[in-house]
Amino acid sequence: MHPIVSALKHHKTTVVLVALEIALTCAIVTNALFLIGDRVAAMRVVTGVADHELVWARTTGLDLGQDTRMGADIDADLAALRGMPGVESVAMANTLPLSRNYMSVGAWRRPGDKKSEIDNVVEYAGTPGLLHTLGIKLSAGRDFLPQDYVPYTPGLFGSPDSKAPPPTAAIVTHTLAEALWPGENPLGKTFWLDSDGKEPVQVVGVTGHLLNPRITKYQGADRNMILPSTRLVGGVYVLNVRPDMRGAVARDLPGVLTRIDPARMVKAEIYADTIADYYHGDRAMVWVLLVVTGCLLALTALGVVGLSSFWVQQRTRQIGIRRAIGATRRDILRYFQFENLLIVTMGIAVGSLGAVGLNLWLMRRYELAHMPLAWLASGAVVLWSLGQCAVLGPALRASRVPPVVATRTV
Amino acid sequence: MFTYYLDLARRSLRRTPVLTGLMVLAIGLGIGASMTMLTVLHVMTDDPMPGRSAQLYTPHLDPLPLDHKRRGDGPDPTADLTWPDAMALLAARRGVRQAAMAGGSLLLRPERAGLRPFYVAGRYATADFFALFGVPFERGGGWSAAADAADAQVVVLSDALARKLFGAGNAVGQTVHLGEHDFRVIGVTADWAPKPLFYADQTGTQYSDADLFFLPLSVAVSQKFQVSGNQSGWGKGDSMSLTSANMSWLQFWVQLDTPAQVAAYRQYLVDYSAQQKALGRFQRPPTNAKLYGLMGWLAHENLVPNDVDLQLWLALGFLFVCMLNIVALLLAKFLRRGGEISVRRALGARRRDIFVQLGIESALIGVAGGVLGLAIAQLGLWSIRQRPDDYARLAQMDVPMLLGTLALAVVASVLAGLLPSWRACRVAPALQLKTM
Repeated sequence: MHPIVSALKHHKTTVVLVALEIALTCAIVTNALFLIGDRVAAMRVVTGVADHELVWARTTGLDLGQDTRMGADIDADLAALRGMPGVESVAMANTLPLSRNYMSVGAWRRPGDKKSEIDNVVEYAGTPGLLHTLGIKLSAGRDFLPQDYVPYTPGLFGSPDSKAPPPTAAIVTHTLAEALWPGENPLGKTFWLDSDGKEPVQVVGVTGHLLNPRITKYQGADRNMILPSTRLVGGVYVLNVRPDMRGAVARDLPGVLTRIDPARMVKAEIYADTIADYYHGDRAMVWVLLVVTGCLLALTALGVVGLSSFWVQQRTRQIGIRRAIGATRRDILRYFQFENLLIVTMGIAVGSLGAVGLNLWLMRRYELAHMPLAWLASGAVVLWSLGQCAVLGPALRASRVPPVVATRTV
Repeated sequence: MFTYYLDLARRSLRRTPVLTGLMVLAIGLGIGASMTMLTVLHVMTDDPMPGRSAQLYTPHLDPLPLDHKRRGDGPDPTADLTWPDAMALLAARRGVRQAAMAGGSLLLRPERAGLRPFYVAGRYATADFFALFGVPFERGGGWSAAADAADAQVVVLSDALARKLFGAGNAVGQTVHLGEHDFRVIGVTADWAPKPLFYADQTGTQYSDADLFFLPLSVAVSQKFQVSGNQSGWGKGDSMSLTSANMSWLQFWVQLDTPAQVAAYRQYLVDYSAQQKALGRFQRPPTNAKLYGLMGWLAHENLVPNDVDLQLWLALGFLFVCMLNIVALLLAKFLRRGGEISVRRALGARRRDIFVQLGIESALIGVAGGVLGLAIAQLGLWSIRQRPDDYARLAQMDVPMLLGTLALAVVASVLAGLLPSWRACRVAPALQLKTM
């Protein structure tokens, strides 16, 4: 048997302890890295709009019971906002990607046929110029024409507008088009809306990607449609602004709107902040994972350094003897490096099983995704390099033990 | 003997400052991370009504039609009561006290100059609300059941809102313009906000919310005030009106003092459901009716977000690795002292003495690690308080958690020292002494 293996057999407890520590670190770090990757990927998803050129504002009327009156003032508001310095274009929308408020409906492939319904489709609605203001690119078809716009607010209950039928034209995302008509060209096709699926809507354009106001299990990430509307009750104003003017516009906007109608509260926000706010939980999680992973690796490394130093000290005499009978410094160095590799590999072998087990447990408990096996390799590489770095110091010290100690009593 | 061992431990630890520092750091980091998350979990699952929670119960009925399909992402409609059911339970008076309630946000137009109108969150409730939850009053009091019946336009303000509106003066007797109606102030509560706001609808942010006003539920319904929180309607017809039998939106709490009363109330709920089923209103089995205790209801709601839960497990896993680390380091440290231990053994120390001596050394590391862990936990809690989450501001350590931190650190390090101490006290003295 190889001498390194037989030497390890004399330190069973310690070896098992270190291997176990490495195994646990491996299991936790692999899953943590996977979680970090998962969250970072989620945060990197593009919204499909011009994130860094937008400012938006929500107004709340203080004249109770007269909310619908606001429709008449929308034009005055839009004109005033358009006149602000730095503002390129303005429109009104019911909601924005990642702003959390959403309305979803069923889209029917056949009129009145409940079986043909695609449920949980998010509705966007906006006034003329919304696509241009948001910077949404169409991959096919056209923008809305003036005659497409009708008074319509998604999900409005208990007001005169709720009787109004939806518009007859819509722009859908590629994802929705694929859900409705897999593999077909959606342009010109008709689907049906409303609770009974009786209101026909024709697809006039397709967007490659537009994120939902909230990414959920049921609504998905980007299964939505845009509808043309002349006025929206409770909508938000969206402004396309020169990036360097966003702060000034967000600051001055409430004053501009309350000058037109003082009986309301206005809350303006830079859209980039809205996105940052949406992901704050993910960001906190990534930081926690990074800190814990860093501490875990540092601790494991320090543990390896401590134990290797102890072993080097304990075996000084044996090292001296080996040196005296012809082993080079390089041989001694290699000995400790290989020993470490052996222990770490044992740890990784057990740890990989643990990592898969941990991932299965996390999947059951938190509905996390399945971890691709490639992540195991990343965990293994991290721990191998960590072990080799940690053992280098003590191993170098061992290699510098002079042969003469063999002749001394320690 | 104890002080002697303590002195020995101190000397031994000072001989290897790097190794000692490493072990203290390891236990400190592990304890700090775990206690940060345990404290967050502790404040989130703490009893919002100490001394009163055991008597508070919330009844739940199932008035849904048989073919009702719950929307995947929607809240549970049976978490709240419909108006007819809440009024029937209220009229039956089967509990010691009972109250129906719902949250609302109303526009307030202050008369005080310089204050712009603002929206304020509060609660619509029935008369027993204040006695049921033991709401403390600074001035005045709540309203009577008669005021409920008469739709009296009276309001109770929180101390914070009363101060904002009327300064240091007496708010009682003043008028407040709420939701475009005038309300007479009859009471001002002392600082009172249960965390979480267990009686609020489950869709809200229950850790940061507080009620700033309380007014009679009957007024809110007759004036058609806006209701915050989930309103689940089903069936055709008037399902979106507040008094509809097909829309749930009310929370209901009842005080039951003895197990017999609890059992009787449970039976009453089943009987009521059976009666409603016989009348053709309910379609589902009467045994679907449930009675939750306060803590049971909070557990059912599961207010702890998955991310907090996950971070707690992560921290505990981290603590375990830290302990393994210390076991290995202590083993190396103790075994290296074979000579010293053998001398003590040869001079008459029993194995047990060696074991106790080394145990005290581990405990000393634990104490130092605990102090460091406490500092790290405070840092961790500070960083959590900077998060924008609903529960963030509550992340503070109380005395039990403080003592718990130190105790956990000592227990963890003594546990970690068990195996190394046991191995060390088993060294053969003769063999060791010979090689010295």
